[in-house]
Amino acid sequence: MLSIKNLAVDFRTRRGTVEAVRGISFDVAAGETLGIVGESGSGKSVTSYALMRILDAGGRISAGDVVYGGMDLRRAHERDMRDIRGREISMIFQNPRAALNPIRKVGRQIEDVLRQHGRATRQDAREKAIRALEDVRIADAEARYEAYPFELSGGMCQRIVIAVALACDPRLLIADEPTTGLDITTQKAVMDLSRDLIRARGMSSILITHDLGLAAEYCDRLAVMKDGEIVETGLAAEVFANPCHSYTVQLVAATPRPGVHVRDLLPARARSPLPPHEVGQGALVAVRGLTKTYAGKSGPVHAVRGIDFDLLEGQSVGLAGESGCGKSTTSEMLVRLLDPTAGTILFEGEDIGGVPADAFTRDKRRGAIQMVFQDATDSLNPRHTARNAIAEPLRRLGGMKAAERDSRIVELADLTGLPGRLLDRFPHQLSGGQKARVGIARAIALDPKFLILDEPTAALDVSIQAVVLNLLADLRARLGMTYLFVSHDLNVVRLLCDHVIVMKAGEIVENGPVSRVMTAPSHPYTRALLSAAPTSCDSLSRTEAAE
Amino acid sequence: MSQSIDIRTGGWSHFVYVLRDNPVTLVSFGLFAVFAISAVFGPALVPYDPLATNATSALQPPSWDHWFGTDNLGRDVFSRVIVATRLDLTISILAVAISFFIGTVLGAIAGYWGGWWDIVLNRLFDTIMAFPLFVLAMGIVAALGNSVENIIYATAIINIPFYARLVRAEVNVRRDAGFARAARLAGNSHPRVVAFHIIPNALPPMMVQVSLNLGWAILNAAGLSFIGLGVRPPTPEWGIMVAEGANFIVSGQWWVALFPGLWLMLAVFTFNLMGDGLRDLVDPRRRT
Amino acid sequence: MSSQAKAISLRIAQTIPVLLGVVIISFVLTRALPGDPAAYFAGVMADANSIEATREALGLDKPMIQQFFLYVGDMLQGDLGRSISTGRPVATDLAERLPASLELTLTALVLSCLIAVPLGIWAAVRQGSWVDHLCRVLVTAGVSLPTFFTGVLLIYVFYYLLGWAPSPLGRLDFLYLSPPRVTGFYLIDSLLARDMEVFFASLRQLALPGITLGLFTLAPIARMTRAAMLTALSSDYLRTARAAGLGPRKVLYGYAFRNALLPVVTTLGMVFSFVLGANVLVEKVFAWPGIGSYAVEALVASDYAAVQGFVLAMALLFVFLNLLIDLSYALIDPRIGFTEK
Repeated sequence: MLSIKNLAVDFRTRRGTVEAVRGISFDVAAGETLGIVGESGSGKSVTSYALMRILDAGGRISAGDVVYGGMDLRRAHERDMRDIRGREISMIFQNPRAALNPIRKVGRQIEDVLRQHGRATRQDAREKAIRALEDVRIADAEARYEAYPFELSGGMCQRIVIAVALACDPRLLIADEPTTGLDITTQKAVMDLSRDLIRARGMSSILITHDLGLAAEYCDRLAVMKDGEIVETGLAAEVFANPCHSYTVQLVAATPRPGVHVRDLLPARARSPLPPHEVGQGALVAVRGLTKTYAGKSGPVHAVRGIDFDLLEGQSVGLAGESGCGKSTTSEMLVRLLDPTAGTILFEGEDIGGVPADAFTRDKRRGAIQMVFQDATDSLNPRHTARNAIAEPLRRLGGMKAAERDSRIVELADLTGLPGRLLDRFPHQLSGGQKARVGIARAIALDPKFLILDEPTAALDVSIQAVVLNLLADLRARLGMTYLFVSHDLNVVRLLCDHVIVMKAGEIVENGPVSRVMTAPSHPYTRALLSAAPTSCDSLSRTEAAE
Repeated sequence: MSQSIDIRTGGWSHFVYVLRDNPVTLVSFGLFAVFAISAVFGPALVPYDPLATNATSALQPPSWDHWFGTDNLGRDVFSRVIVATRLDLTISILAVAISFFIGTVLGAIAGYWGGWWDIVLNRLFDTIMAFPLFVLAMGIVAALGNSVENIIYATAIINIPFYARLVRAEVNVRRDAGFARAARLAGNSHPRVVAFHIIPNALPPMMVQVSLNLGWAILNAAGLSFIGLGVRPPTPEWGIMVAEGANFIVSGQWWVALFPGLWLMLAVFTFNLMGDGLRDLVDPRRRT
Repeated sequence: MSSQAKAISLRIAQTIPVLLGVVIISFVLTRALPGDPAAYFAGVMADANSIEATREALGLDKPMIQQFFLYVGDMLQGDLGRSISTGRPVATDLAERLPASLELTLTALVLSCLIAVPLGIWAAVRQGSWVDHLCRVLVTAGVSLPTFFTGVLLIYVFYYLLGWAPSPLGRLDFLYLSPPRVTGFYLIDSLLARDMEVFFASLRQLALPGITLGLFTLAPIARMTRAAMLTALSSDYLRTARAAGLGPRKVLYGYAFRNALLPVVTTLGMVFSFVLGANVLVEKVFAWPGIGSYAVEALVASDYAAVQGFVLAMALLFVFLNLLIDLSYALIDPRIGFTEK
C-alpha cells in the first residue's frame, strides 16, 4: 500500500547540510500497523513529514521514492498532494492542544477538512462534524462542537485531532508520538480508541514512538531507527524475542518492565553486581497530616489533603500518581521550598515543617535535605559552568575554602561518572545524560541524608534513563541516602524502590511494599494505573525469562 | 565569584567571536566607536569653533573649507554636528542607564514577589503608559523646567515601564525554574536568587531593549529640542540644528538641515543595529 | 454572565484607576510649574495685586487636596483653564483643533497598515527571499527615522525640487475656503458638500504629512506582522491543517493570519502612543493647525494652561483608544478572560 525505498531527507542550516534520514526503506501493507521506534533525533518524525511532504522550511527529500497506491508522492504535484493529505493519508500529532487552532471552534476545524475534500456542503457540514465527534466517542458532541481547544482536556483534544484526521475516511493514519504529555490512563484510552477505529475501518497505520512497550502492544511490525537509519525490522514479537542488531538489544534491555532488576536495563557487559542498601528501623522522615491549600479563583484548591507516611532510614520510597495528584506539591513541601498549610514534617524527630521555607535556606539542616530536579536542562543555570553549579552549595552552605572545594568537586564528578574535562563546560555544551549527572553531583555535594528525586529521568531517552537509574542505585548504597522517588511511571518506580505510595487527588490511596503493590494492589486506582501500562511488557519479560 | 572570573578571561575572545560571527554586529560596533570618539575628542578635533559666527560666509553650500556648508550665521555645520555628539549621546545613555536600573529593580520585585507589589507597580506603569510617551515627556519638561537635566529625567521616566515590564515577565517565567529552586536549595536567599541567578539570565533580551531605547532616547531628546524644549540655541544639538535648517529648506539651502538630520539618523540606526550584538555578548549560549 | 462578558466589563472597570492616575499626574504637572503659577496665569502685564487676585481665583491659596478637588470639578465641567495666547478657553481651542490632528493621524495609520500588514505577511511567507530582506531593511531604517527630519526632507524633494506638493502650510491652500464644518475632517466634509476641488486640494495638502507619519508607523507594524506570522506559520496547528490537506488560502488566511492578528492588534496600542507623540513634531514641520502645533506654540509662549490641557486631552484620547483595541481583541480571541490571572 505504501512503499518507501532509499528515502533520504536533509536540512539546509546555517552550518551546512544535515542529513536527518539516510536512505531508509519500508513497506506498509493494507490493514497493517507498523511501529517506527527510536530515541530522540533518530529521524522517525522527519520520515513521516517527508512522506506527507510537509517538511519544515529548509528540509527536502534528497533521494529515494515514496509510492502510495501506485502514485509517486515524491514527484506528485502539490495540488494532488493536498487531495491525498486528509483523504488518503492522515496524521495525528504529539501535544494535541497545540495541534489545534486555538481560536477556532473545534467543530469548525472538522468542518474545514470535510469541506476541503468535498465530503460535506455548507448545509450538512455541522451535522457531519458532530457525527465525526461521536465517532471518537465524545459524549455530548453537540455541545463540544462549540468548544475551543483551551476549554478541553489534553485527552479530549487528542480525540478531536483524531476526529479531524479520520473525518474523510483516509486509508492510512500516521500517529506521531500521539500520547506524549498525556497521563498513562488517558494514554491507554486514546491508543485503544485509535486502534479500534483503525480496525473497524480496515485502515493501515504507522505509529511513531520512543516507547518500545507501547509499540509492542499496538503494532504488528516494527522498524527500529537510529541516526536516520533503520537498523532492524521484523514482526513485533520477533523483534523483542530475538533482537538482532546490537542497538535493538540495548534498547529492549533498557526498557523498564515488570520482573526485571535495575541492573538488567544495562547492556550485559556493564552489569556489575548491585551493592545492597540497608534499611534501618527508625523513621528519618515522618509526615503527619500534611496539607496544602491554595486560594483559587473559584474557592480554595486542595492540592494535598492531610497525608501521613514514614520514610525509614536508608529506605527508598516511590511516590507515584498522575499529573495533578499532589505528588509534586508534597515533594516541594518536604524539601522545604513550600510552606505547608497544616501538618508536621518530622526530620530526625524535629519538626522542620514549622520552619518557614524562607528561613530554611540558611538552616543547618539545609544540606541534609536535597533534591534532584525533573528537567536537567531547566535546573542548571545557563550562565554557570558545571563546576560552578556543583560549587554553589559547597560555597554557600559548606563554607569550604577554594582548594578544598576544588578537590571535592573532582571527587563528586568522579562519583557521578562525569568526566573531569567536562567540568568547565556550560550546560548547553553538555548532553542530557551529562546534565543529569551534574544535577545529581550538585544534590549530593553536601552528603545529604534525604534525597528527593523529582522525575529525574522523565526527560531522558530510555538508554540514558537506564544509566542514570543505575547510578542512583549505586550512590544510594555507597552514601546510605534515603530516597523519595517521585514518578508517574510505576514501572520505573519499582526498579529503584522498596516501598511505594500512590496518590490521587491529594490523598494517599495506596502505601505498601513494592512487591505487594505491584502484584496485588488493594486500591482500584492502583489497579487502573498498572493495567494502563502497556501490557506486552509482560510478554517482553516472559521472553527474557525464557532465554 | 568564579563566574565573573571566567567571563573576564573568556571575555575578550568572546567579544572578538561575536564581532566575527555577524557582519552587522561588526559594522554597528564600528559605527558606535566612531560616535564614541567624536563624543570624547570631537571638540578638540573639529576645524572651527562651533559657536563662532561669521556674517560674510553665511549659508555657504558644502565646500572644501566647510564640508557640510555653513548656516545662516556663518557657523560651520560640520563642526557643530560633531560637537553635538557628546551632548546627544550623554542624554540618551544617562537616561537609559537610569531607566534600566530603576526599571530592573521594580520589575524584579513585581515579577518575583508578585501580590500587592505587582498590582501597585503595574497600576503605576499603566498610568505612565496611558500617556502618549512623547507627550508625557513634553509635559514633564514643561513642568520641571526647561533644562538638559530635565530632558534626561523625562526620557528616563517614560522608558522605565519598558524595562520594568520586560524584567517582570523574564523574572516571572524563571521564578519557578529548576535552577532558581536549586539555587535556594544551595542556600541562597530570595534576593540573592533574583540578583545572581535570575536577572543575569534575563540580560540577553534586556540588551535588545537597551539598544532600541538608546535610539528612542536620542530621537526623543532631539524631538524635544526640535520643538524648543530642553537644549537652547546656540548650543549645538542635532534636533535644534534640524529645526533651524527647516527654515531654509523651502528656499533650497538643504545642507543646514540635512547633515544634522543624517547624523541623528545614523546614530539611531547604529544603536538599533547593535541590539543583536549586545545580546550575543551577554548570552553564554552563544559561546562555543 | 459569560466569562467573556465578565472579562470585558472587568477591562472597562480597569480604565477607572488609570483615568484617576492620569488626572493625578496631570494635576501634579500643573502644580509643579516652575516659578509661581499664579504669576503665569495672571499674564505678563500683571502686577502684585492682580497676581494675588489670580491666586485666589484659581484657588491656589487653598490646601493641595482642596485644590485637587477644585481641579477635578473644573475638569468635569469641561473647564481646562484659559489660554493666554489665544485668550479663549483651552477646551474650546482643543475641540476646534482636534479634528485636524485626528484626520492626519488616522490617514497615516490607514496608509501604513495598508502597506505594512501585506508586507509583513509576504516577508514571513517568503522568509529569506528579497522581500524579506527588503522588509528587514525598511523596518530597521524606519525606526531610525526622526519624523521631523523625514518631513523636512520630503518638503525639500517634493515641494522645492519637484514642485509636486503644495507649500507645506496648513490643511488647505489659502486659495480655497474650508468646507462647511460637519465632522471637522476636511476630506469628509468636502465630500459631503460635493466639492471635489476642495477635496483634492486638501488631499494634496494632507499627502506629505500623512506619508511622513505613515513611514514612522510602518516599521513597528511590519515588524510585528512578520514576527507574528512566522510564529503562526511554524506552529503545530498549522502543521495539522496542512496534514489535513487544507488549501493554501485557508491555511494562510483562515489559520495563520487570524492567529497572527492578535499580537499585531496589541502592538497597535504602542503604535498609537508613538504616532500621537510624533504628531506634535509633524504638525510643527507642516504648520498643521492641530492640537500638537497648538501645544508647541503654547510651550514657546509659556502658556501652561494650554500645554496641560493638551497633555490631559492626549492622555484621555489614548486611554480611550487602548480600551477600543483591547475590546476588539476580546472579539477575536475567545481565550480572553481565561488567560488573565
